[in-house]
Amino acid sequence: MSGGLSILVIDDNKIRASIIEQGLRDAGHDRVILVHRMDGLMRRIADINPDVIVIDLENPNRDQLEHMFQVSRAVRRPIAMFVDKSDRHSIEEAVDAGVSAYVVDGLKRERVKPILDMAISRFRAFSKLAEELEEARNELADRKTLDRAKGILMKSKGLSEQEAYDLLRRSAMNQSRKIIEVARSLVIASGLLGD
Amino acid sequence: MDKNATPVIAGFIPLLDSAVLVAAAEKGFAGQEGIALKLVRETSWANIRDRIAVGHFDVAHMLAPMPIAASLNLTSLAVPMLAPMLLGLGGNAITVSTGLWADMVAAGADSGGDPASTGKALGTVIATRRTEGAPPLRFGVVHPFSGHAYELRYWIAAAGLDPDRDMEITVLAPQIMADALATGQLDGYCAGEPWNTAAVTAGTGRIATFKQAIWPDSPEKVLGVTRKWAEANPETLAALLRALSRAADWCAETGNGEELAALLSRSDLLACPADICLPALTGRIRLGRNTVKQIPDFLSFSGGARAAPMPSHGKWFYDQMVRWGQVERSAAAAAATARIFSPDLYLDALGLEKLSDDTPLHMFDEPHI
Repeated sequence: MSGGLSILVIDDNKIRASIIEQGLRDAGHDRVILVHRMDGLMRRIADINPDVIVIDLENPNRDQLEHMFQVSRAVRRPIAMFVDKSDRHSIEEAVDAGVSAYVVDGLKRERVKPILDMAISRFRAFSKLAEELEEARNELADRKTLDRAKGILMKSKGLSEQEAYDLLRRSAMNQSRKIIEVARSLVIASGLLGD
Repeated sequence: MDKNATPVIAGFIPLLDSAVLVAAAEKGFAGQEGIALKLVRETSWANIRDRIAVGHFDVAHMLAPMPIAASLNLTSLAVPMLAPMLLGLGGNAITVSTGLWADMVAAGADSGGDPASTGKALGTVIATRRTEGAPPLRFGVVHPFSGHAYELRYWIAAAGLDPDRDMEITVLAPQIMADALATGQLDGYCAGEPWNTAAVTAGTGRIATFKQAIWPDSPEKVLGVTRKWAEANPETLAALLRALSRAADWCAETGNGEELAALLSRSDLLACPADICLPALTGRIRLGRNTVKQIPDFLSFSGGARAAPMPSHGKWFYDQMVRWGQVERSAAAAAATARIFSPDLYLDALGLEKLSDDTPLHMFDEPHI
């Protein structure tokens, strides 16, 4: 593709960066460079000479980066996305999704818009994924806690696994609590009392 | 929390002078004014600027020059803003590497941080380095539109140096400064506390001078609010200003220092050891390994008239922007700046008398009247 844009993605979350890279490549952008570290970044930017820079909003170095864009003569001056404010909606969506972009001054916005939209949707997808992962992790932790609670009851009261589970469930119903809360209390209490 | 309370979302950067917002939210002052104040921690001033511009935040903890820069369209996502209250006075210091400090002492630098003396000594060191062909010194500031940048530049220029020619000034996040000094990436920096104490405690830095000595009782952070939000929510803003005023009074009470340090050190706030928060809150500053100095009002909070912004404050920041080539001087911009730093909203909310703005600012290199 002649005149394809080179896109630099700065994100210290490597998984998210790869997801964005994949999305951009699928959309036909073959000049995508990922950077995870800030040291020597300005020299790298000068070498790469990107048309578009995508950066995550959690990055504490945004102030530094913006300052470098202002003062550096080595790079073509990147400016924040759509500073003409003609596309307020896009800006809000980007900030909502947790991403910001800088484009080289003078680049036509219709060429950049699809890239930003892609970054926004991939950032959102990643947040959703991270949430699901967190849920799965909690679920797994909960299952382990439940197993430990059952084990404690089986050992201390000589119950079968099913009886131990029924006892936990009955206690939970009697106390109007969730079964996992009862299991947690039991595990903590047993830890405190040394079984 | 009261279900009828008006929600206000405030962005803040984990620095000591977020204390007034933190105390308002955590010590019940906001609730007493019918405000449900929710604090959102941010990682960069760029995020604060962007998120207040798109309306994620109603108000924010801001560097004093930021509302001016935004209103004058000097930064991206610029929107007209106001600075209706000063959230902290002083609190910054200029820290240099222990190696550079040794050279400055040899050149006669005052151990107590007198800016005229330490600036002169730095000038001597820089002149010597130039004749030796050494690379220029590199100093860090937290943001180009910040009190830090202007204090450092003022101090350097008062010593007869040109900060753009005689040294290099770079921008770095404050929490990274002490490490950058330790690894030799920086020779010095101007930052707020606790980031100077962090380098002194680590044995890698020495405080050369401080904001309270350069421009006593000067504004550092302000409450930033878009003009649009202020105009749409005048009663909420007035109630918030009253809450922040009470919170600032609480923060200013010496007896609350330890509790405040413990509160700020919390993992969802500054997430740092409480003991590095204490020096700036008590004014007992460790300038160097063996030098502790009591500096009254090193960082101060006020819920009274001292927290009122003044057009003269705004003018000083605007003059620095012009002086260092960030903006061309214009009568319209000067007038806009005076409006941004108007004390009226604050004084009206608190029912205080109008103040006169003819008290001259006392810079360290100007004779006191």
